[in-house]
Amino acid sequence: CGPPRAVLGSGAGWPAGPGGEAQVRRTAMAAAAQNKPDNTAFTQQRLPAWQPLLSAGTALPLFFCVGLACLALGLGLHFSSATIRERELDYSGGAGGGHNCSSCANASRAGAAGCTCSLHFELAEALPGPVCLYYELSNYYQNHRRYGVSRDDRQLSGDSWGLSNPAKECSPFRTDPQGMPIAPCGAIANSLFNDTFALYHLANGKASPVPLDNRGISWWTDSNIKFSNPELVNGSLPAAFKGTVKPPNWPHAAYLLDAGNPNNTGFINEDFIVWMRTAALPTFRKLYRRVRQGNFSSGLPEGSYRLDITYNYPVLSFQGTKKVIFSTVSWMGGKNPFLGIAYLVFGSACILTGFVMLAVHLRYQQQNQMDVE
Amino acid sequence: MFSWSRSCLCAGEEKRVGTRTVFVGHRPVSETDAYVEQKFCDNRIISSKYTVWNFLPKNLFEQFRRIANFYFLIIFLVQVIVDTPTSPVTSGLPLFFVITVTAIKQGYEDWLRHRADREVNKSSIFLIENAKQVKKDSEKIKVGDIVEVKADETFPCDLIFLASSNDDGTCYVTTASLDGESNFKTHYAVRDTTVLCTDDAIDSLTATIECEQPQPDLYKFVGRINIYRHNQEPVARSLGPENLLLKGATLKNTKKIYGVAVYTGMETKMALNYQGKSQKRSAVEKSINAFLMVYLCILLSKATVCTTMKYIWQSDPFNDEPWYNQKTEKERKTFKILRMFTDFLSFMVLFNFIIPVSMYVTVEMQKFLGSFFISWDKEMYDEEIREGALVNTSDLNEELGQVEYVFTDKTGTLTENSMRFIECSIDGHKYKDGISEVDGFCHTDGPLKYYGKAEKCREELFLRALCLCHTVQIKEGDTVDGLIVNPERRCTYISSSPDEIALVKGAKKYGFTFLGLENEYMKVKNQKNETEMYQRLHVLNFDPVRRRMSVIVRTSTGKFFLFCKGADSSIFPRVQQDEIQQTKVHVERNAVDGYRTLCVAFKELTQDDYDKIDRQLGEAKMALQDREEKMARIFDDIETDMHLIGATAVEDRLQEHAAETIEALQAAGMKVWVLTGDKMETAKSTCYASRLFQTNTELLELTVKTMGDSERKEDRLHELLLEYHKKLLPDFPKNRGNLKRSWTVSQEYGLIIDGSTLSLILNPSQDSSSSHYRSIFLQICLKCTAVLCCRMAPLQKAQIVRLVKNTKGNPITLSVGDGANDVSMILEAHVGIGIKGKEGRQAARNSDYAVPKFKHLRKLLLAHGHLYYVRIAHLVQYFFYKNLCFILPQFLYQFFCGFSQQPLYDAAYLTMYNICFTSLPILAHSLLEQHISIETLMSEPRLYLKISNNAMLQWKPFLYWTTLGAFEGLVFFFGVYFLFQNSSLEDNGKVFGNWTFGSIVFTILVFTVTLKLALDTRFWTWMNHFVIWGSLAFYVFFSFFWGGIIWPFLKQQRMYFVFAHMVMSLSTWLTIVLLIFISLFPEILLIVFKNVKRKKHQKKLSNRKESDSLSSRPSIRPLLLRTFSDESNVL
Repeated sequence: CGPPRAVLGSGAGWPAGPGGEAQVRRTAMAAAAQNKPDNTAFTQQRLPAWQPLLSAGTALPLFFCVGLACLALGLGLHFSSATIRERELDYSGGAGGGHNCSSCANASRAGAAGCTCSLHFELAEALPGPVCLYYELSNYYQNHRRYGVSRDDRQLSGDSWGLSNPAKECSPFRTDPQGMPIAPCGAIANSLFNDTFALYHLANGKASPVPLDNRGISWWTDSNIKFSNPELVNGSLPAAFKGTVKPPNWPHAAYLLDAGNPNNTGFINEDFIVWMRTAALPTFRKLYRRVRQGNFSSGLPEGSYRLDITYNYPVLSFQGTKKVIFSTVSWMGGKNPFLGIAYLVFGSACILTGFVMLAVHLRYQQQNQMDVE
Repeated sequence: MFSWSRSCLCAGEEKRVGTRTVFVGHRPVSETDAYVEQKFCDNRIISSKYTVWNFLPKNLFEQFRRIANFYFLIIFLVQVIVDTPTSPVTSGLPLFFVITVTAIKQGYEDWLRHRADREVNKSSIFLIENAKQVKKDSEKIKVGDIVEVKADETFPCDLIFLASSNDDGTCYVTTASLDGESNFKTHYAVRDTTVLCTDDAIDSLTATIECEQPQPDLYKFVGRINIYRHNQEPVARSLGPENLLLKGATLKNTKKIYGVAVYTGMETKMALNYQGKSQKRSAVEKSINAFLMVYLCILLSKATVCTTMKYIWQSDPFNDEPWYNQKTEKERKTFKILRMFTDFLSFMVLFNFIIPVSMYVTVEMQKFLGSFFISWDKEMYDEEIREGALVNTSDLNEELGQVEYVFTDKTGTLTENSMRFIECSIDGHKYKDGISEVDGFCHTDGPLKYYGKAEKCREELFLRALCLCHTVQIKEGDTVDGLIVNPERRCTYISSSPDEIALVKGAKKYGFTFLGLENEYMKVKNQKNETEMYQRLHVLNFDPVRRRMSVIVRTSTGKFFLFCKGADSSIFPRVQQDEIQQTKVHVERNAVDGYRTLCVAFKELTQDDYDKIDRQLGEAKMALQDREEKMARIFDDIETDMHLIGATAVEDRLQEHAAETIEALQAAGMKVWVLTGDKMETAKSTCYASRLFQTNTELLELTVKTMGDSERKEDRLHELLLEYHKKLLPDFPKNRGNLKRSWTVSQEYGLIIDGSTLSLILNPSQDSSSSHYRSIFLQICLKCTAVLCCRMAPLQKAQIVRLVKNTKGNPITLSVGDGANDVSMILEAHVGIGIKGKEGRQAARNSDYAVPKFKHLRKLLLAHGHLYYVRIAHLVQYFFYKNLCFILPQFLYQFFCGFSQQPLYDAAYLTMYNICFTSLPILAHSLLEQHISIETLMSEPRLYLKISNNAMLQWKPFLYWTTLGAFEGLVFFFGVYFLFQNSSLEDNGKVFGNWTFGSIVFTILVFTVTLKLALDTRFWTWMNHFVIWGSLAFYVFFSFFWGGIIWPFLKQQRMYFVFAHMVMSLSTWLTIVLLIFISLFPEILLIVFKNVKRKKHQKKLSNRKESDSLSSRPSIRPLLLRTFSDESNVL
């Protein structure tokens, strides 16, 4: 009496045993399966559950509500965007510009700096304050990767070791040919926008200067925490910068950016900080100044103005343009027709589909009723 | 794994051929022969893969052999070597995480194996050396050592059984850990050594054992022992599997045994059997790989487009290097070609997130965790065997939702395999039991209804035959030594075949009780309560080819009898032809009624006959080569010219709900084929009872019966095939594809084929027609709703499965069976299901999933399979979708940043997107989602059709998801792009930079992708709520946190307060909300329209159900009887 017959029956189909790996898991599972499975809602996949069904009945009011809300919002957005006034002035000085910045453009091409030119413009209606003054560059790739990484946030945070040891990403603006570290290092800092603007209101034959406020144009966290100057040496900033050289394109060292104002010079200069926040797209505007002081605290009245520009920044070499923009702001920021239009379009689309669905729904209901009958 | 260790550890190949000679106790057989120590491998078991030293390199090597891991490694290396936009951390960290987790898991598993190995190898055993017991570690055993094993100990290696504490030289063994069969098996010592049952005596044995080299078949062993005695010719005795004690088996009910080690360590049969199963891959995995290729192409084309555009754009010198953005020295110096190449690689790296590491992790986790729901399911728990479903592999969960063909075994799968003796026929007289059957040992001497009566002596002969012709053992309580003294004591019959138990119990009912086997004497108590003794001389074991078994016994009066029982087809040709008429009618009637029938025959042998047989059998048993064939030939010679005494009928009841399950499976579009070794009539009636064949099913038969006489078989087969082909095919016009699964409309056909006809079709004598037959046969099969294959050998079952598996379209096949004979088809099919039945654990052990009952298949396939498929399909599509709309804005951004590989998102976002922000919701969804409730899935099998043919992972849905992802990516990017036409978005006129741009896009992305999942979720448990809203909250929290601190380890503080400033702008808020709405708009529209449609459909369904229930089938039984009675007229 040998092995049992059922096994003999297996004949040539004798199976191979399990692999070791599978076996470990198997024994674990077998152990789990030996006992009666827990009768809990979870193990039996019977957890109480909310089973929403987006039927036409519930979706219809939703569509109408969302549609109406969007339309309302869109109208509001459109209206507030439309009330924002903007005045753009192109002063790149390309061919056919029609103003004296062309010569400056040519001069800057030749390498000269400090050329000044003026733009005259009329405001047909007043710009209510506060009025923001932006500059806008186009075809300028601040978001280029090589450009974007070319900075050293450690240096800019005022770290003394970082000051004299710029990150290698800053290259080729890391050190000067003599090996002295550049502060601030990198391509972004080196290409700091350095045109300056002065605005005059021309009234009664005399030009009264419009005060331009340069405070609070950067993010508070940037100018107070992320950026800070190296620790003063003997109470003097220039001494702190000792052992570094200015970026090659800068006319003077960083501590002379706004020499008269210790809270706005060096790395914490707000123009510098604004520039260091690289733009998302190749055409971008950056906040330059605000008009909110003195006689102009309520905005720019209508009339004619003169804008004196120190033309330092060459843009024609890369086929870019430069613009100055006076703009009022509202709760939604600057002028941007996109949002309003998008909301209006989406709102109408919702309502339209709502109607289509209503029609379909009604037809199905009719059919169902007929079926029932 | 084992094969590797084996080849390293053991002697070279040349030693493996032929036989090996083992010197028992390392003693030379004679003084003249020099004893040469032979080299065999030691008894160390090594199942572990790694050692401490090679773990790291070997594990890493194995992990990086996976294509996905290798791809991510390449990306990582590129990031390290080439100057790329994102830091190596972004892809290194997830990869490191995945690799580490896998390595830890595998290391832990290997440590477990090490521990198990050590436990086995260091366990102490007793060797007999110089007549003394020596305690040693198990791993020290060498081939030829004499080992002593005590009760309840496990054999440390494969031993030849020499002697035991039982005088008769037997021992009882359970192989539960080897094949799961818990019954005790009796093993026998060689007759000449049984007396050597002390340490001294066994040490005096001088013998050699010649045996074959190790082979993995647990039940095959051929050897010879030569016993040398002083000045005598050596005695040679044959050794068979009954003399071999296998490593891993446990000694039971025997005080101790002595054995000599023949196979040790990695050469033991147990070790040889641990070879990994071939990996089964699911269809979903194939789809994933196909989609992966598409995304790889997208990735490559994106990188190519960007590289090309970059160089076109840079051809203008003022774009290439404006004064404000000068190149570094290094950049200037590299060659243009090299630069282009590194640019290409950089773009690849930038966009590589489109193929996420985390998808593999999530899929694995979903499969692993999801499979617990199967083993946890209490509806698949069986009170009787106290076990639930068992998941052996979690890789195939979703395949359960894709099954097109179900191959099921009959006995033990469709039926309960608990046999009940129904009636017998003795000499053509029918005996039916009037008394309800009671299990166990109880006397039922009650009246029997006789339909006519055979002679008394024939009756008794028949019952004695039932009592003697079997391999049943008796197990009583826990005592062993005293074999049965008192028959009233509680004891049970055990046998590997339930039929035999039923027969023995049946005989008992008629007054003949089998009392057990003692020293080769079988004790039978007859109707007069006298104990008769029969010496059992030979057992001619059952095998599926002969389909019968015999015993040769000597009565106390010295007469020799051969009793034989077997299938009618194998008995009838071997008995006197004039005896069979009446019995045949009974047998066929019984078969039609669904009973399992066996015929019993006997033959009286003279002393001369017996001597001849004994000699022949002895010779055959001694043969080292071709023993099986020789035995079979001799068996054939012996079992001739017998006299038929009668037949038995045993009922094998259908498992509960088997019929409903089959109906449900068929309604779900699956084709159910029954593959059984049973008789055609029995199988057919089971098929009717289980509603596989309906009463209106037209049956096509390809059996021995329809084939006719033997000469013209092939011609007849050809005719029949063509006839059936013609019959089936014109019914189905052109649009076959649509009709493939909707069968209910037209006439249903069922096919019956038996083993011999199948082999005729598959291996016809004329080679040319082979493939022709096969294809016609296959076409017929595929057109039939149900196919019954009877009289199948195990390998033929696998053959059928393979045949269907490899047809056009590669349908997913599922095999379900419970016995060892089903293992081959379980392994062959895409999904193998084992029933934890009565025929041991073979099937369950080799299956992918094991369930206690056939009815559990319904929930396993219709509910679990459906849900898993939908879940994983959604998981895969969603992953590709969310990464497409993640990376598309990054790609578009390249057009606005001078193709400089500037990343749109911060590195932290790039890394965390797939790991933290969007991983848990989809994981929870893919574990918990029930888009249709389990109850509906179970009650509406037709729903299964909806996901057939991998419906959710076809190119159409893939295209839909891809389009959706592309649309959303476009919306995200251009929405924010138009917003940034004026970047002063705060009410104080301050402007936003590029990182704010990226953060806005990313915020919209995370919210949209998560809300899209929320829209897809139809089953919101608290966990879904928790992970969906939790992930979004975590994203917001993380963004504040990430931007709120100056991180000292970061070179650039890009994100410092970016997020905080972003949420301070109202315009940004409005944009985010609007863009999320726009992105989800098409999806919502689609859902609403789908729901409208579904509602209508449901209404239709319910209408139809009503009408269905009106005309619902009348109960099956009466119709069934009518059919049978019609048929029996034909018989």
